[in-house]
Amino acid sequence: MKRFAALYRALDASNRSSAKEAALAAYFADAAPADAAWALWLLCGERLPQPVPVRVLKAAAMQVNGLDEALFADCYEAVGDLAETIALLLPTGGADDGTPLDRWIAERVIPLRGLEPAEQTARLAVAWGQVDSADAFVLNKLLTGGLRVGVSKALALRGVAAASGVPATTLAARMTGGWTPSPQNWDALVSPADVQAGRGAQPYPFRLAHPLDGGPETLGSHADWLAEWKWDGIRGQVVRRESAHLWSRGDEDLDAAFPDLVADALRLPTGTVLDGEVLVAQTGADGGLVCATATTALDEAELPPVALAPFAALQRRLGRKSPGKALLASHPAVFLAFDLLELDGNDWRERPLGERRAAMEALLAAHARSSPQPRLFAAPVLATTDWAGAGTLRAAARDIGAEGLMLKRAASAYGSGRTRGDWWKWKLDPHSVDAVLVYAQAGHGRRAGLFTDYTFAVWDEGALVPFAKAYSGLSDAEIREVDRFVRRNTLETFGPVRQVRAELVFEIGFEGILPSRRHKAGVAVRFPRMLRWRQDKPAAEAGTLAELIALANAQGGTLEPDRVG
Amino acid sequence: MPILYVVWTQSKAFVLNTLHAIRQPLVRAADRGLFCPAGDFWIDPWRPVARAVITHAHADHLRPGCESYLVARECLALARARLPEGARIEAVEYGEAVTLNGVRISLHPAGHVLGSAQVRVEHHGEVWVVSGDYKLDPDPTCAPFEPLRCHTFISECTFGLPIYRWPASAAVAAELVRLRREAAAQGLPLLLGAYALGKAQRALALMGDDAGPVALHGAVDRITHVYRGAGVPLPETQAVADLPRKHDWAGWLVVAPPSALNGTWARRFGRAPRVLASGWMTVRGARRRRGVDAGLVLSDHADWPGLLRAIEATGAGRVLLTHGHTAPLVRVLRERGLDAGTLRTEYAGEEGSEEPGADAPTHDAEAPGAVDDAAEASTGMYDRASDTPDTAVDA
Repeated sequence: MKRFAALYRALDASNRSSAKEAALAAYFADAAPADAAWALWLLCGERLPQPVPVRVLKAAAMQVNGLDEALFADCYEAVGDLAETIALLLPTGGADDGTPLDRWIAERVIPLRGLEPAEQTARLAVAWGQVDSADAFVLNKLLTGGLRVGVSKALALRGVAAASGVPATTLAARMTGGWTPSPQNWDALVSPADVQAGRGAQPYPFRLAHPLDGGPETLGSHADWLAEWKWDGIRGQVVRRESAHLWSRGDEDLDAAFPDLVADALRLPTGTVLDGEVLVAQTGADGGLVCATATTALDEAELPPVALAPFAALQRRLGRKSPGKALLASHPAVFLAFDLLELDGNDWRERPLGERRAAMEALLAAHARSSPQPRLFAAPVLATTDWAGAGTLRAAARDIGAEGLMLKRAASAYGSGRTRGDWWKWKLDPHSVDAVLVYAQAGHGRRAGLFTDYTFAVWDEGALVPFAKAYSGLSDAEIREVDRFVRRNTLETFGPVRQVRAELVFEIGFEGILPSRRHKAGVAVRFPRMLRWRQDKPAAEAGTLAELIALANAQGGTLEPDRVG
Repeated sequence: MPILYVVWTQSKAFVLNTLHAIRQPLVRAADRGLFCPAGDFWIDPWRPVARAVITHAHADHLRPGCESYLVARECLALARARLPEGARIEAVEYGEAVTLNGVRISLHPAGHVLGSAQVRVEHHGEVWVVSGDYKLDPDPTCAPFEPLRCHTFISECTFGLPIYRWPASAAVAAELVRLRREAAAQGLPLLLGAYALGKAQRALALMGDDAGPVALHGAVDRITHVYRGAGVPLPETQAVADLPRKHDWAGWLVVAPPSALNGTWARRFGRAPRVLASGWMTVRGARRRRGVDAGLVLSDHADWPGLLRAIEATGAGRVLLTHGHTAPLVRVLRERGLDAGTLRTEYAGEEGSEEPGADAPTHDAEAPGAVDDAAEASTGMYDRASDTPDTAVDA
């Protein structure tokens, strides 16, 4: 534990990736396989199933520290992180007993799960005495779940690559598809043997796109680019080898949740991997999929292959680990493929996008003819004559439930990971409304101790009704200024939440709007964030609930906010 | 008969004191600072007043514009350096009492920075102590905190939460030395962000000869000269401004105010690791927010155990807290049966910077002010008491 805690501190202390990579390499070069496997797994952001309920952990800490609940709560508010709060309050003088990370996890952390609270408390008190006080924070992070140390998976793999000599891309490929920490898996991961052998069900590392700030004119000639819709679903890879599988971008296995897609994927020729978007389709009177209806703005060729249901429908499918027959019938999943990564068992990722696309369309056309109920379709490529035309299409994205456009360089290889420059997401400008800051709460992590989490309200019949919480969008300087405002203008305190004088106005951007019982306003917005601080606007001139409802209805909704008093 | 006389005078004093205490507090928080109505003077006023009694020379406690200032002798040169030329400043020895409108005032070491003082105020047998900023941890650059018995203790509370427990300062100094050597091995200097008045000199004194070649930012350099003039032993230093721009900084320790670490001034040090020394560095979020390579916990304020120990040592029945996280400590003190509360002041505490003014523009280019240590002749504003006050009160 001592070595791993030291690694954690080194990673946490530095802002430089070179220094982080060096610290990682030094750790992995010198770690036993079991220890290294767990360390990598944790650094990649994986988390143990919660070993101890937070309530028990807190109670145990208070018992060890001799603090009452109120004082503990004050400390937590200042620190903003439970694991750290507990570590800062533990008595000093614990001494590390030399147990390595893997044995700590296997023998002292995982077995806590499911024990009686009294037994958990007793074991925690012992465990806290078995680490250096300075390392208790890292132990507490294991006990509360995630590690979050500012190391991306890619950086962790670069560290492993530096220690093992196996290229990071090979490591990434070997880790896709549910890598679990064991000495055997570690040895296989860093083995110099050929990467392609025994690929099995594994997907390829997903190619990611970057947001396009400003217009596409900076990209050069539009003729070099392919435009596609940016779908409002979840990214996935269909892998058809010995059997068929569906993977999410988080390398999560979605086979059980989407049996309808997996069944259709089995009809693909073996040795096929498709990249695309998982969505839910609308159903017709006969229960089958229906064609998307043309709009004034869009040609038939620009429509999705079937009519799509809103994101909320997909959320219902995602909420079920294994959906029942009724849900499968009412919420049928479809996969809109936009890339081909493997064909006939050959890796196509280095070929140009245009070529991959053409092969994919031919493959899926044949599939549509052979499958009785096709669920895998090729997403359309949008024909544009210039960037202005692309802009017009983008403006129409909401008509078909898309979020905007994707622009991909036609000649580009698929590559792996987040290579910049060839894939851009050109999203629609969000909806926005000017809203008044009414509540503030201290943030966590980097923002601990600062008031950074805000609740915003709009006017309705002379009263301010909260409708959204937002955390992001302000600069550090603005955050400090708002923080000062909150401290000086607190009207009332509800635990960690402060009600503030209704004075500051912010432009709040959001993607969509839905009826909600959780918000007093009766509506909820998706992805709310602060677009800018309207220092020019007094609170009295902020937006209204009627304005929000009008926005929602302009999207084709018929929203009557269903108020709950 | 004599016994009766004693009983009579004592009860009279008791009754008068009680009546007086009911009528108005000896020190209260007013619009311009902590005010003593009976003595008609202010302690650390944040707006100009006629008579200011100053606990120490940090910018939120010593502000320009007052007609007169009373400081501890050790603070005089610092006050001179910080106030505009011609300011009327009078100095007293620690423990030496002066009387103003019948109120007896004396200054006692607070252990915060050079010349920092607690203000002891006595009137009709009632004793109040205003702590200013203080710490109990050892500091080679200033006189140690002196516990004073009193009825009412007005205490700072910057770090009033149990999460704040300072590590031994020797260990922090050792870590600084280690970081400097680590940077040296890479051919780089170590940049230490520390408040120009107090923290910087304390860090240097703690490191001693291991500080290595030391270069100072102008603001730190100026104050360091004042410290040396006061006889505080410090390792040898040079001003960054006196060294050539293309200097080889490998292995140097460069000390600058925190605000200078990421500015244009610090560009000459290239990729040198940046380290901040402050009590706030206890919390990881604060370390990360400042975007430094390392945060060392070194504070000139009392930590939680220090606050509790200092308060207990006063024997005070009433404790009023000024800046910082006051609510939790007020609660804890009330649970212990003390009359505790918060005074609203404008001293920085919660705002996130340990030493207020740390982020204010530093006077790098400014020529050193008058740091003449010769005491100005007493102007007779205060009646000097011939004896030192009896700091023991029967509370």
